[in-house]
Amino acid sequence: MNRKIPRMSTAAANPFAARPSFARTGEKALFWSFRIATYFVLLCGALVFGNIFIKGSQTVFQSQFPFINTTFLTQAPETLYIFEYKGEELKMGDKEFRAFREKEESAAKAASAPAPDFKVKDSIVYSAGGIWPCIVGTVLLVVGSMTIALVLGVASAIYLSEYAHDSPVVRMIRLSIVNLAGVPSIVFGLFGFGMFVIYFGWNVSLIAGWFTLAFMVMPVVIIASEESLKSVPKGFREGSLALGATKWQTIRKSVLPYALPGILTSSILGIARVAGETAPIMFTAAYVVRDKLPWDVDKASDFFFQGVMALPYHIYVVSSKIPQNEYTERVQYGTAFVFLLIVAAIATASILLRNNLRRRFKW
Amino acid sequence: MVNATDTLSTQPMEPFSAAATRTINVPAARSAVLPPAQTLIAIDQLDFYYGAKQALFDVNLALDEKRVTAFIGPSGCGKSTLLRCINRMNDLIDGTAIKRGSIKIREIDIHRKDIDPIELRKRVGMVFQKSNPFPKSIYENITYGLRIQGIAKKTRLDEVVEKSLRGAALWDEVKDRLHESGLGLSGGQQQRLCIARAIAVDPEVLLMDEPCSALDPIATAKVEELIHELKKQFTIIIVTHSMQQAARCSDKTAFFYMGKLIEYADTRTIFMNPANPQTEAYVSGRFG
Repeated sequence: MNRKIPRMSTAAANPFAARPSFARTGEKALFWSFRIATYFVLLCGALVFGNIFIKGSQTVFQSQFPFINTTFLTQAPETLYIFEYKGEELKMGDKEFRAFREKEESAAKAASAPAPDFKVKDSIVYSAGGIWPCIVGTVLLVVGSMTIALVLGVASAIYLSEYAHDSPVVRMIRLSIVNLAGVPSIVFGLFGFGMFVIYFGWNVSLIAGWFTLAFMVMPVVIIASEESLKSVPKGFREGSLALGATKWQTIRKSVLPYALPGILTSSILGIARVAGETAPIMFTAAYVVRDKLPWDVDKASDFFFQGVMALPYHIYVVSSKIPQNEYTERVQYGTAFVFLLIVAAIATASILLRNNLRRRFKW
Repeated sequence: MVNATDTLSTQPMEPFSAAATRTINVPAARSAVLPPAQTLIAIDQLDFYYGAKQALFDVNLALDEKRVTAFIGPSGCGKSTLLRCINRMNDLIDGTAIKRGSIKIREIDIHRKDIDPIELRKRVGMVFQKSNPFPKSIYENITYGLRIQGIAKKTRLDEVVEKSLRGAALWDEVKDRLHESGLGLSGGQQQRLCIARAIAVDPEVLLMDEPCSALDPIATAKVEELIHELKKQFTIIIVTHSMQQAARCSDKTAFFYMGKLIEYADTRTIFMNPANPQTEAYVSGRFG
């Protein structure tokens, strides 16, 4: 066969042809396993978020106008009553049910008919109404604790990176901060309970929750702030000091503005953590249920010393503290969905703020 | 002073005459005999330490007012350290200390307890090796020093901005974009912006720490021209690695080696007729 080309001449024609070897095959297999691992993680994430998204959006959105379930977003949780009346099965929240019964009873009295018969078949706590107090509570907890954490955290980071001289004490402080970042949140919860709730006598209150959550994220804020302060070029500091600026003027005008975007990046992670933690607030700030909204107080100082409802704690309560059925599931997924949206919204706001700062203080 | 023949006779290993190997040309316009000037900064028996490591040994130096003095020497010889002592920038580094001696500006010891380094640095400005304009507008860069002193009057600031930029020979290049970022300028312009920023607070002394080491020859020439102009108003001390630069723009030159002041004289003498064999070897390019 004259068309057959010998092997040798092929090699001569293309000296750069791939040479299969065991190492090459192994490399390929390894990369494929990395790829599969990544896709697996993505799949798990998609399943979790997809599940919450689909089930949660059924609670939050509806097919009729205004398409958003305003009751769920603007009302407090109520007990759901399922009862039989005049041969019909009706489902009503607590307030609605009471109003309905009174109306029917007085109508019956006026008509001097026998008192109507309400056969309550089932009552399920928290399954009617909405989660508005939880949304308010979570937003208050996040804003308050992040403010405290940023103020104290950035202040200590400035001290550590700009003022403190390298000494054994400072090294000890740094080491403790790094270790503190790894302490489980329940321990911070217990600390807050012992320190703020009992010793300071603040009881279960917003302010106790603020400080507990702030102490929990502060190590992360300090470490990240110190890093971003250190990454500001030395030339900015020297240039400013050589013009006769004091140390504080230098920090305020030539260091801190350029470190802010980095500090905010770290605090965005802090926000998600603060909003999501259940353990630290269950002893310090969260109520299972509270009728009044936080601003519904007699005097201004009471605002800080009241407990609040919070989304993560509400999820915990409705998912594990009450008997499960189709009605509670609706609340669980709805709450989780709203919770994710709120964390995403706060994080987006911080990212926008950071990008704005980055544009203003570019270097 | 030791004369050149003595130097050669004490160094039998040196076969060539100094004149044959000399590579630096000092401009002829610079006369060997400088008119007398007042001493502004007197450095007296200075010993300086970084922690346990001594960086300067017994430095004695009298720097003239409204003159340009160049510090030359190989890397690590202590010339930048000495420069940073004059406006106490070394205070910012942990563990630095002056263990003996003093630096006096107009007879006042600047390391005295009642001297505020902040006030000192307003009088003794500094330009750094790497141009470091703030990432703000050109206008904000120049007014930074005034604003931190609490001056915020628009007319006064405008006036100082123009005066400083003209003083730094930058006005014509940037007058139409004063409110654009200083980082948008070229390297040489940035360095002149830093000089403008330093002279905006109207100091007496300008310390320049290798101001041209990151610049191309044309930008370097502009800065050197500028130094010539500036010495009418300011006392300038310039640290440089380039001996040509020292020869071109300084009136007096101090040669440092291993933390010691080896020789200090007018620039022409240092480059044409140095008294010390080490200086001779350095300026003729045999080491360093």
